[in-house]
Amino acid sequence: MSPGGGAAIEVLGLRKAYGDLVAVDDVTFTVREGEFFGILGPNGAGKTTTLEMVEGLRRPDAGEVRLLGEPTWPRNPRLLPRVGVQLQASAFFERLTAREQIHTFAALYDVPSARADAWLERVGLTEKAGSRTEKLSGGQLQRLAIACALVHDPDVVFLDEPTAAIDPQARRNLWDLLRSLNEAGRTVVLTTHYMDEAEALCDRVAIMDRGRVLQLDAPAALVRGLDAPVRISVAPHLLPAEDARRVPAVDGVEDDGAAVVLTTRAPSAVLARLAELDALEGLQVRAATLEDVFLDLTGREYRA
Amino acid sequence: MSRPGPGAPMRSFRAIAVAIVKGFLRDRMSLFFAVVFPLMFLVLFGGVFNYESSPKIELVQVGRLSLGDGLPDGAKEAFGQTFDVTRSDDLSAAVAKVRKGDADVAVQMRGDTLVAHYTQTDQVKAAVTQGTLKAFVDGANQAVVGTPPRFTLSTERVEDRSLKTIQFVTPGLLGWAVAMSAAFGAAATLQGWRNSKLLRRLQLSPVPVGSVVAARVVVTVLIALGQMAIFVGLGMSAFGLQLTGSWWMAVPLLVAGTLSFMSLGLLAGALAKTQEGAVNLANFLVLPMAFLSGSFFPLDGAPSWLRVVSGLLPLRHLNDGMLDVMVRGQGPSAALAPIGILLGFAVVVTLVAVRLFRWEAD
Repeated sequence: MSPGGGAAIEVLGLRKAYGDLVAVDDVTFTVREGEFFGILGPNGAGKTTTLEMVEGLRRPDAGEVRLLGEPTWPRNPRLLPRVGVQLQASAFFERLTAREQIHTFAALYDVPSARADAWLERVGLTEKAGSRTEKLSGGQLQRLAIACALVHDPDVVFLDEPTAAIDPQARRNLWDLLRSLNEAGRTVVLTTHYMDEAEALCDRVAIMDRGRVLQLDAPAALVRGLDAPVRISVAPHLLPAEDARRVPAVDGVEDDGAAVVLTTRAPSAVLARLAELDALEGLQVRAATLEDVFLDLTGREYRA
Repeated sequence: MSRPGPGAPMRSFRAIAVAIVKGFLRDRMSLFFAVVFPLMFLVLFGGVFNYESSPKIELVQVGRLSLGDGLPDGAKEAFGQTFDVTRSDDLSAAVAKVRKGDADVAVQMRGDTLVAHYTQTDQVKAAVTQGTLKAFVDGANQAVVGTPPRFTLSTERVEDRSLKTIQFVTPGLLGWAVAMSAAFGAAATLQGWRNSKLLRRLQLSPVPVGSVVAARVVVTVLIALGQMAIFVGLGMSAFGLQLTGSWWMAVPLLVAGTLSFMSLGLLAGALAKTQEGAVNLANFLVLPMAFLSGSFFPLDGAPSWLRVVSGLLPLRHLNDGMLDVMVRGQGPSAALAPIGILLGFAVVVTLVAVRLFRWEAD
């Protein structure tokens, strides 16, 4: 999945303040053509403001944005047909059906209505085409919003929290759709506050908090960089805690009654020994995830 | 990769206009307030008040009225048309009846003097009562003297003789209906599109801003002309409305009026933070304006300061202009000054609204 080609988006020293609040503080990153790029962070981290400056909706206080080689501020009509945006699942005309919505957007980009119907089919909304958007579920609205963002076949797509406020089942369905979006070399930029989503979809992730980019890399590289131990839990009757401590390469052992948990940085050696001890039944291995990276970076304190 | 061709602005204009029209026709609430609600008033004013001749004055006659004997027949008939006479023998009971409002005047002869006990509650009736009774006394005096009168009075009504209530209420109510739907439409669209981020979405599409604005304006103007067709059609077919020569000047008047009410709606949409707030604010602006602009009743009797205030309101000028060309029989040029005032109002208020406008609800 290593995308070739040049830069689709270049962001340099971007900054935006609202009064005393610095929403985006010296943000710099580059998105390659064809890349699936994620901006991950808690609410209020500055993801949406960053995205809006990249799209050209807001004027940065400082810094520079180049989208497909062109500046986005002020409104750049030459650029807009090459860009697709999904801002929020509510950004529709009032009291129109799903088909009327996407046909209207097709007309705004001067593409044939047949293309709109094809997209409706692709996001699985053909059956709901005659329903007004007020009657669609959250997941259906998100899919319609994504179809409307892609109806003109843009080179770059921005998706702002496309799976926010929809149930886990619909979220998984949406992932399949999202995964297919950067086929044919399309660049996709998505914001999310779900770690699993970023891990499942993105080639690279920028982790943001308090207006700054804390880390930027491929999800796997971020997890590796965390150098967190692997946690292996074993049933207590198969391997009592005192025996577990004698297993080589184990850094620590916890016994919470339900399971004995071994932490190690050499999981293969530990697993081989556990197999010899015949303690594999019901065994669970949990490696660090992006969530661990995220919590390591942003801290665990509760934020409203 | 397709790029918008030369026909793109026209196609996007049409697409947005169609989207707004569908949204309007599918919104029962806005349809009701744009068409049905004002029509209810038209039916009320045109249907109920139109056939009511001015009510007779209830007169209680105590004892015999001796001056009546000398009057010519015509005068007796006129007396009967003005007054609804009941007889009584008890003056104090008759006066009590007047005081309670059950009768308008009690009369009794005291020698050669006709004494009338009247109530000032209804000033118009009081004036008519006094004037009519004085005329009868004068007529009786003449009959006694036997000299034919030297001076006579003949009255001619200025308007068409067939002029009825419907002629006056149709333009006023139409103006009110157009003011409501134009102001609400602009306010709700601006506020609703901003809250749903549709405005932002359109900003990120290659649609020229002018296409979006033009679509909203053209749809609102078409709605106003539709309202005119319904009002005039119903007025003519059901209530005997008769239009005068240059009624067609009401079309440019309505277009100019629509623009100025849209500017009020834009102002409300720019100021309010929610769609409900925007509609309420538009209502708060339009309803008092309708009263002060003579949409429901004429302002001829209003105090002068009120008429000065009303001169600042766009609906007042729309109403005056439409009355002039639709029913008063004035020429096309009578509409020019109101059109100029309405357009000027639209420009000024739109500039204010643009200054106050924010792209997003905070």
